[in-house]
Amino acid sequence: MSRVGGPRDGADARGLSATSTREVRQETMIINMGPQHPSTHGVLRLLLELDGETVISCTPIVGYLHTGIEKNTEYRTWQQGVTFVTRADYLSPFFNEVGYCLAVEKLLGIEAPPRAQVLRVLFCEMNRIASHLVWLATSGLELGAVSMMLYGFREREQILDIFEAATGLRMNHAYVRIGGVLMDLPDGGMERIGDFLQMMPGRIDEYERLLTRNPIWLQRNSGVGPLSAEDALALGVTGPMLRAAGVARDVRRDEPYCGYETYGFDVVTRDGADCYARYLVRIEEMRQSLRIVGQCLDRLREPGPVMVDDPKVRWPAQLEVGPDGIGNSQAYITHIMEESMEALIHHFKMVTEGVSVPPGEVYVPVESPRGELGFYVVSDGGNRPYRVRMRDPSFVNLQAAPQMIRGGLVADVIAVIASIDPVLGGVDR
Amino acid sequence: MPVERVEGFRSGRTAEQGEEEFERGLLLTTIDRAVGWARKQSMWPVTFGLACCAIEMMATGAGDYDLSRWGMEVFRASPRQADLMIVAGRVSQKMAPVLRTIYDQMPEPKWVISMGVCASAGGMFTNYAVVQGVDTIVPVDIYVPGCPPKPEMLMYGILRLHEQVRTEGSFK
Amino acid sequence: MSAAGVAERVRATYPDVVVARDEASVSLGREDLLPALESFRADPALRLDFLSSVTATDWPGRDPRFWMVYELSSNDLRHRLRVKVGLHEDDLHVPSVTGLFPTADWHERETFDFYGVVFDGHPDLRRILLPDDWEGWPLRKTEELGGVDTRFHGAFIPPVDRRTP
Repeated sequence: MSRVGGPRDGADARGLSATSTREVRQETMIINMGPQHPSTHGVLRLLLELDGETVISCTPIVGYLHTGIEKNTEYRTWQQGVTFVTRADYLSPFFNEVGYCLAVEKLLGIEAPPRAQVLRVLFCEMNRIASHLVWLATSGLELGAVSMMLYGFREREQILDIFEAATGLRMNHAYVRIGGVLMDLPDGGMERIGDFLQMMPGRIDEYERLLTRNPIWLQRNSGVGPLSAEDALALGVTGPMLRAAGVARDVRRDEPYCGYETYGFDVVTRDGADCYARYLVRIEEMRQSLRIVGQCLDRLREPGPVMVDDPKVRWPAQLEVGPDGIGNSQAYITHIMEESMEALIHHFKMVTEGVSVPPGEVYVPVESPRGELGFYVVSDGGNRPYRVRMRDPSFVNLQAAPQMIRGGLVADVIAVIASIDPVLGGVDR
Repeated sequence: MPVERVEGFRSGRTAEQGEEEFERGLLLTTIDRAVGWARKQSMWPVTFGLACCAIEMMATGAGDYDLSRWGMEVFRASPRQADLMIVAGRVSQKMAPVLRTIYDQMPEPKWVISMGVCASAGGMFTNYAVVQGVDTIVPVDIYVPGCPPKPEMLMYGILRLHEQVRTEGSFK
Repeated sequence: MSAAGVAERVRATYPDVVVARDEASVSLGREDLLPALESFRADPALRLDFLSSVTATDWPGRDPRFWMVYELSSNDLRHRLRVKVGLHEDDLHVPSVTGLFPTADWHERETFDFYGVVFDGHPDLRRILLPDDWEGWPLRKTEELGGVDTRFHGAFIPPVDRRTP
């Protein structure tokens, strides 16, 4: 602050007199970005300490969506665990299911048949595209690109239609089961996915035309929320946030599961380590996922079983998608009710008692759209899980938020939280 | 011991009964009809999406299942500007006081739709962490079951609420 | 290195190593935890420099009752190791590993929240997922699933196995 005519009465350059009795206090403001907020990607609470517009410190407070999923799985059978676990990270339900089922299958010492593995990969990759579309839609909405919201959800509806035709539900499918998947693709399913593959690359180009060289998008995202590779690794960050810092770490490449080592795809990295680099990584990951889905479709041309043959493990029912969702097929109901008493008893025991899993513990990581989703599953030999712990990527990635937000502006807080892509269901479980 | 549940203060009269009274012209005056019509025409929801149901609520507001045809695509962030709260998702014990605070901050007249089974009755999470039904905290007008309910189901619930609002009269 | 290779390497210093289902687990005493994690990170054949998860399991019939589980992995060498530390229920303290692995911060808070394990040296040990004034450690096997007082209207909902239909 300068004063006209130079400082008077002994005042210094800021215009404050040494003898002035007026005190100028610098205070920081503590602002609560409460759990109910349109732009925090869910019920996340941030305590921001502000000096003007600059953020001095940021404390994320989570737990507003804590559902007790881990405790609840200990009171249900192994198969029922799938329905609980799938609702944790609700934007990528297939990944939760695949991780859990892979862990239980590892404990059992069985492997799902090849066609089931291809279907798992197919649905996981389509889920990755759907999850990135929601990220793109909501990030665009939060940063002001409202049309991105409508485009993202428009494409997502196409994917959800395919999910609904194949599994009966749009979200939280409980499709991947211990020993395989629930049902094979419906008639015409492959053509529908093929049509989707034809349409989608053009749409991704559309998003890029809207955003990638957009000066407003660049200004809001470029250089915002930097997180170097060392900091990211120390904080346990995985997924697109880590790959945007240049570290090529992807569970599908490092510890392949479900046959990922046989698919051709690139692990996408960029060097910017800021929000813009994370945006580029996710856009490119959508393209790579489309590549994998195409390869899956080729492998699905030969028929095969989708559930393991072991009668002590396989889900007994034959299900089909009817007008009101998934239900037992008429042929199966006739079989157990009228034809075979043993089949009825077996069905009853499998549904009520479930699978018995030998004692032990395993840790199985999968690559969810947000990073390394790990399942630590402990069995004590019974038909209920003893402990299911989900190492959720959003839980760990959100720890890095204060590091990225400190020193930035308040408006950048929104951009940074959006680029972390947290799903509070996974954070709080 | 059964859980005490708070009645939605406009429940107890179905849309059909309201219509019947409307036809008989006994209960609603012209003012009532005008006020009811105005209230339901653009009911602005407050952003209260919590979990998976929130994504379906966003999908309902997006292009394919457009809430804008009823003037409802503007989800207000501030509860002081909203008159409808769609509780979408599981309400944890930590979130319950926040839910009540947001409800109290909304000006009258206000309505609550409990979307999904988790908000209506605790859903599949019958455990220590989830409030077993938001009607233990706020009075609910419409319950929309589903896990998550399809956008069409939510729209049906919203339209039933519109009918209720249109035919209820302006005094409470 | 395969799990068996990792196990061999670790067995030289810490003999209580188990390999099952192609995964290596080593059990340590509490006082060995921090030196062991440092040596695993520094060892050029192991290079276990990424901590994936910190959690605990409760075995009420056993002694020690609580078992801390640390999942380590290597960024370059792509192998894993599980480290387990047994804790007795009247002495639920374990040194915090946040000095070595800053990512353990929220994991340890969650374990404290669920089980009541106190991490000595943690910068900010308080509840993370449950409300701050919650009483009890819900994930212990001695705690029930439900049947807690709901916060409003003083109502009580019994747990799942004890409800009448």
